[in-house]
Amino acid sequence: MTDFPWLTAIGVVPLIGSLVVALLPKSKPMLAKQIAMIVSLVVLGMTIAMALQFDGKSTEPFQFVESYPWIPAFGVNYSVGVDGIGLVLIALAATLVPVTILAGWRDIEGDQESEGSVKGYFALVLVLEALMIGVFAATDVFLFYVFFEVMLVPVYFMIGRYGGPQRSYAAIKFLLYSLLGGLFMLAALVGLYVVSIRQLGSGTFDFLALVGMDIDPNTQKMLFLGFFFAFAIKAPLWPFHTWLPDAAAESKPGTSVLLIGVLDKVGTFGMIRYLLPIFPAASEFYAPVVIGMALIGIFYGAYIALTAKDMKRLFAYSSMSHFGFITLGIFVFTSIGQTGSVVYMVAHGLSTAALFLTAGFLMSRRRESALISDYGGVNKVAPVLAGFFLVAVLSSLALPGMVSFIGEFLVLLGAFERYIWVGALATLGIVITAAYALRLYQKSMTGPLNPSLEADGNTITDLKGREITALMPIAALTVVLGFYPAPLLNVIEPAVDRTLEIVQVDAPDSGLSLDGLSSEGSEQ
Amino acid sequence: MNFTPPAIDYFALSPMIVIFAAAIVSVLVEAFAPRTIRRFLQLLIVFGALLTSAVLIVLNAGTRTVTGGGAVVIDGPALVMMGTIVVLSILGAALMAERSIDPVGDSFAARASSLPGSEDERQLTQRGYLQTEIWPLTLFAVLGMLLFVTANNLLLMFVALEIISLPLYLMTGMARRRRLLSQEASLKYFLLGVFASAFYLYGAALVYGYSGSIFFPEIAQSLTSKPSESIVVFIGMGMLIIGPLFKIGAVPFHQWVPDVYQGAPTAVVGFMAATVKVAAFGALLRILYVAFGGVRWDWDPLIWIVAVASMILGSIVALLQTDIKRLLGYSWIAQAGFILVGLAAASPAGLESTMFYVIAYGFATVGTFAVISMVRDANGEATNLAAWAGIGRKSPLVASALSLFLLGLAGIPLTSGFVSKFAVFVAAIEAGATWLVIIGVIASLIAAFFYVRIVVIMFFAEPTEQTASVVVPSAFTTISLSAGVAVTLILGIFPQPVLDMLSNAGLFLR
Repeated sequence: MTDFPWLTAIGVVPLIGSLVVALLPKSKPMLAKQIAMIVSLVVLGMTIAMALQFDGKSTEPFQFVESYPWIPAFGVNYSVGVDGIGLVLIALAATLVPVTILAGWRDIEGDQESEGSVKGYFALVLVLEALMIGVFAATDVFLFYVFFEVMLVPVYFMIGRYGGPQRSYAAIKFLLYSLLGGLFMLAALVGLYVVSIRQLGSGTFDFLALVGMDIDPNTQKMLFLGFFFAFAIKAPLWPFHTWLPDAAAESKPGTSVLLIGVLDKVGTFGMIRYLLPIFPAASEFYAPVVIGMALIGIFYGAYIALTAKDMKRLFAYSSMSHFGFITLGIFVFTSIGQTGSVVYMVAHGLSTAALFLTAGFLMSRRRESALISDYGGVNKVAPVLAGFFLVAVLSSLALPGMVSFIGEFLVLLGAFERYIWVGALATLGIVITAAYALRLYQKSMTGPLNPSLEADGNTITDLKGREITALMPIAALTVVLGFYPAPLLNVIEPAVDRTLEIVQVDAPDSGLSLDGLSSEGSEQ
Repeated sequence: MNFTPPAIDYFALSPMIVIFAAAIVSVLVEAFAPRTIRRFLQLLIVFGALLTSAVLIVLNAGTRTVTGGGAVVIDGPALVMMGTIVVLSILGAALMAERSIDPVGDSFAARASSLPGSEDERQLTQRGYLQTEIWPLTLFAVLGMLLFVTANNLLLMFVALEIISLPLYLMTGMARRRRLLSQEASLKYFLLGVFASAFYLYGAALVYGYSGSIFFPEIAQSLTSKPSESIVVFIGMGMLIIGPLFKIGAVPFHQWVPDVYQGAPTAVVGFMAATVKVAAFGALLRILYVAFGGVRWDWDPLIWIVAVASMILGSIVALLQTDIKRLLGYSWIAQAGFILVGLAAASPAGLESTMFYVIAYGFATVGTFAVISMVRDANGEATNLAAWAGIGRKSPLVASALSLFLLGLAGIPLTSGFVSKFAVFVAAIEAGATWLVIIGVIASLIAAFFYVRIVVIMFFAEPTEQTASVVVPSAFTTISLSAGVAVTLILGIFPQPVLDMLSNAGLFLR
């Protein structure tokens, strides 16, 4: 079965599923949900089956490779393959899609106002799943770009048709920001292609061929900016973040989970996969600037989150702060830091999902209000809900024992290794994170019950079976991977080391290594 | 004095001869056939001639010849352009042949010469008269376009320019509804067009005065062989290209575009927006690449200025439009700027990318105007954007088709528009015009804003009382719309066959 085109199959299944869902009659919303759920579970199953065959010790840069000519005139191939980084992000996407489908079971139904059909939403989710898998699997830069851009269309409709009162504004803002980045990336992509024509004789977009080129530093610096711009908007890095809070606040919780939990990872994934290996000299040149932006992001995001009145906006700003950590880990160019970044991407995906979904369940019980001041004392009437919320909050503040702790810790370790002051500064960020996360929990869940929660026919009931089923896997993964991160680290580290080998930055000699951590993990 | 008639390769010219003969027959039918069977005969002639011509163009594949005493050149790029023009004309003609959308009949004035609002007009409408004069005009316009892309000398190119223009001036003024707007557009188009033609003629005279020849290859020779370059020839060249640039609608020769897009019958706009652009770019490419190919550095800055001005002005002014036809007019101006970015590369890649872009644009345009002709309210077509609110909720299929075209024009991957833009940018960067590409990228973003705005209005806005309804058309419009959708997707997902065809077409025959 090793020749089985796993990646293509995993991408095609949701695509076919979305067609089936879209062609269902409008009168059968239940069937649409059931089919979407089954399809996403099949994809998850296939992803697990593929992951089990992944060889963590392989010396090949990519596994499950497929390659067919697509547009030979431009040297474009349909080439897919995964390394450890791609694999864990595909697994993240495949895990979060069924969770959001289950969590959003009721969300779309009751929405008469946005009239967009139930089946439409679930068809879009499945299209998006296919594109997310494609974007992480592509090993041809053109193909990556195509997925990167086309992904905007389903998300745009998911925000614009199914969301809050300002959804149309948020959708346009999201689309224009992303297109801006995408178009600059297009210019850089074309530039890279022309460079490959001059260096290799015939143009190519093949990732490994492009990595093998020796681009002169000045050209690198220009092309780097084009790609970086796109990734920084997507990630989002300060100061390119302003679209995120609006998009998060106006989307359905499920949309936010996929958008922030998975899609935004494409930005940081792009940095580690494309920016560093293809433009090593430029990456080193710009590293101080990027690290500066990351640090500002960490503090700015955390500071705004500290004062936020709206839960969804709070989550968006806290994500921005977390993306600062992820970017920081990538640009300190140490094996530990980058491994930490990738772990952090997974951890952040899980904690974002937990936060948005729990908050979504809570809000659905109080007329969709996202104001923190509308809540209080919820743990008295809905202890299970409050419990899950606590897990989500703790995961967000990176409590030891949660997978996010592993990521954050490794990033900081990597930062200390390279620039001790950066590490020290970033560590201060953790304090603010703890402050806003605990403040949120305290204000919404503890204390006396907020009277408005019982007035006007609002009743806060505890989570039901479906909701618990949706949250359970996320909470479980957060804790299990927190105590036993070895499977993650074992696949990520070789891929990260390969990147660093290409970048050829000497590792600072601090004697730190991951061996202790991953072997300790595997002993358990 | 002996006169030797030039040798003529009749087979190579047959695609044009068929159209010409059909146009003459079409005039005769208009004069002598009884009213009852006139429409049937005209449709038979028009579609028969266009299809025959298309087949003859395919049979001519591989022909590279200069005939008619050096006046006409049939080469790869010419055949590609001719084929595109003919196929797009079939789709455009199908839009014009539509009779089930407007309750009165077709979308053309019963008699173009009757005064708007007069008793004459009222009676004609009351009796339900429909005219078929549009058909011979269409055929003549197509003939002119085919000549325009094959002309190998300045004079034939001028004749072709006029054969294209005169029928189009008339067709612009033939709208059944909002006739004053239509006639104003027609007059404006005519007056400005005459100016452009005059510039062209003056330029041709100057170039002839310098080089002593009207044939493109000989002009090229004289430019490289004469030791001193004369300012006269460059003034001449600049005036010469005003002709095609006017037809393209590039800034600063764009003033007619929004008026004509808005005033002319929608089917006619669909036809001419798609085809005339192909023809004009074909002619411009031939003038610049063949006649002035050796002095690229003298015309490149001109094209750069025009390209930048078109991209920026077109996309910014389009932001302010509230009428969808006007908006698309300005959007066209911006698109023309993008294509000129490729043309300015003056390389084989520039030639191929320019041709790919006009092909992709042509099909998307026909489809776009097919959709516009179907969206109507009590007063005819509803072109005000306010009337489009929530159309996507009422007719998701039609709105999705239009969204596809608009996203294509905005350059989203997996549509023909993205591949076009990519090809054009590659050509430009290869030729060293990176800065032009960066301006292009910024203009693309502005352009994306108004394309997306239409999608927002259709899908995200609530339907109101003003919201128009989508009329179910007959097979004619359906075919055009489907062809537009199919080509936009195929060129976006599998562009390789067309790219192969363009690179096999080779270069211009010099």
